[in-house]
Amino acid sequence: MQLTNRKKVVVKKEMSLVEQLYLPAIANGMTITFRHLFKKPATVRYPEVKREISGTYRGQHVLKRDENGAERCTACGLCAVACPAEAITMDAAERRKGDEHLYREEKYAAVYEINMLRCIFCGLCEEACPKEAIFLTDRIVPVSGNRKDMVYGKDKLVEDVNHPIDLSERQTPEVVEFKKDKTKYHNQTWKDRGNLLNENKHH
Amino acid sequence: MAIFILYKTILVLLVFLISLGVAAYSTYAERKVAAFMQDRIGPDRAGPFGILQPMADGLKMFMKEEIIPTVSNKFLFILGPSLAMLTALMTGVVVPWGGNINIGDYSFPLQIADINIGILYVFGVVSFGVYGIMIGGWASNNKYSMLGALRASSQMISYEIAMGLALVALIMKTGSLSLGEIVRQQDGTMWNVVYQPLGFLIFLICAFAETNRAPFDLPECETELVGGYHTEYSSMKLGFYLFAEYINIFISSAIISSLYFGGYNIPFQNHLPIDGNVLSILQFAFFFGKIIFFIFFFMWVRWTIPRFRYDQLMNLGWKILIPLAIFNILATGVLMYALGKV
Repeated sequence: MQLTNRKKVVVKKEMSLVEQLYLPAIANGMTITFRHLFKKPATVRYPEVKREISGTYRGQHVLKRDENGAERCTACGLCAVACPAEAITMDAAERRKGDEHLYREEKYAAVYEINMLRCIFCGLCEEACPKEAIFLTDRIVPVSGNRKDMVYGKDKLVEDVNHPIDLSERQTPEVVEFKKDKTKYHNQTWKDRGNLLNENKHH
Repeated sequence: MAIFILYKTILVLLVFLISLGVAAYSTYAERKVAAFMQDRIGPDRAGPFGILQPMADGLKMFMKEEIIPTVSNKFLFILGPSLAMLTALMTGVVVPWGGNINIGDYSFPLQIADINIGILYVFGVVSFGVYGIMIGGWASNNKYSMLGALRASSQMISYEIAMGLALVALIMKTGSLSLGEIVRQQDGTMWNVVYQPLGFLIFLICAFAETNRAPFDLPECETELVGGYHTEYSSMKLGFYLFAEYINIFISSAIISSLYFGGYNIPFQNHLPIDGNVLSILQFAFFFGKIIFFIFFFMWVRWTIPRFRYDQLMNLGWKILIPLAIFNILATGVLMYALGKV
């Protein structure tokens, strides 16, 4: 199968006198390099200019909160099981009375750590999560000179209550459509649940 | 007499500073040229367009830790880079940088010493430069450095022969060894390169080998000999070796321009409506343009052609360039005899 039209058959023949001089070949090479002086550089001046990334770029993780500001993660551990690089570890704890505004369900992650040096940003954690809690964002993980700093705990992973991270760019139309299916428990918000309960009462 | 000494001192200092400045900015230009040829941007962080990069590099070189191996010969270890730097700087004195500058009754030539054996002096000093490399490699007491130094010096000595032979033909034509005289003869557009194209080509190739530039940069051989003759060198002593290379490029560009490309002569300069000091300054600028072109040419070739293998390098030097140079001498002699110029 022909893939390109640049195929060249290698022939082991004696070089002609002109070829043996090498000078025409050198001149040819030099015109090529000279032409490159006037070409546009391919460099992206990183700190000033950021390269455009695709909408589905998988960068640093975020642990989402729900619409009431409670953490969605219930420390089920499915993300850690799904993780091929074994980058995720967590400790589960039971929600105490009075913490209902902090954690969405009775179980929550007391410790949730992702080792960014191990993570391969495959996105399987995001797919495995039944609670829509973990997502990969378009943010690039900053570098560090220290290995310890690269283990991201909840302080770095859980989104800020006041500045929720917009993930709409990352969602494919299929996912958006699926999330509208309120019969799936993990797609329900507290409001939805209230509405459903009311509906059930009426029936 | 006092004015003469003062003037020469100032000129020596100027040539010294210009050599250092051009060499420093050659390192920057090298990186920029390489970057543009590879569709990159190159250094642009230090100052606008990165023009302070040589200063930053120099500062870094001076601040770095200096290591002298305990098993090395300390005196020779320090002498090596000093010699390389010294010989690189010494050749600049015979280059004619421009015409005369007349102030009052005095006439100041823009050349430090117009000695009548100018080219011989250059060759003497350049061949002395081999000692810098050889001593540096030997004093390191490291067999890789030693092998690197051997390679470097045998390369330089081999190519000096072809270079000298190429020059013989030129000297047959000019009839003088004085660089000032050779440049004065090239008034007008008929530069020596027109009469000696083959000689120029041989001289150019040898100049590449003499300055240890690609494709003949075998003294530096990261893959085969760790780092070549300067493996054990660190900090500014390594800097001196690298810096000497750039000064050598500058001086060889100046010498190629003066020998084959008319030196400071501007074509049709006698028909220009200016003369005297203004013309001298213009000539100096024009000469510098030629030098800068050749420095660029050195870089252009470096970022185009891959390095030779060592046996190929020796084959080219001994089996091709030397016979060609001898042929050139013969051809020049026959032509001169046929044209009745002997």
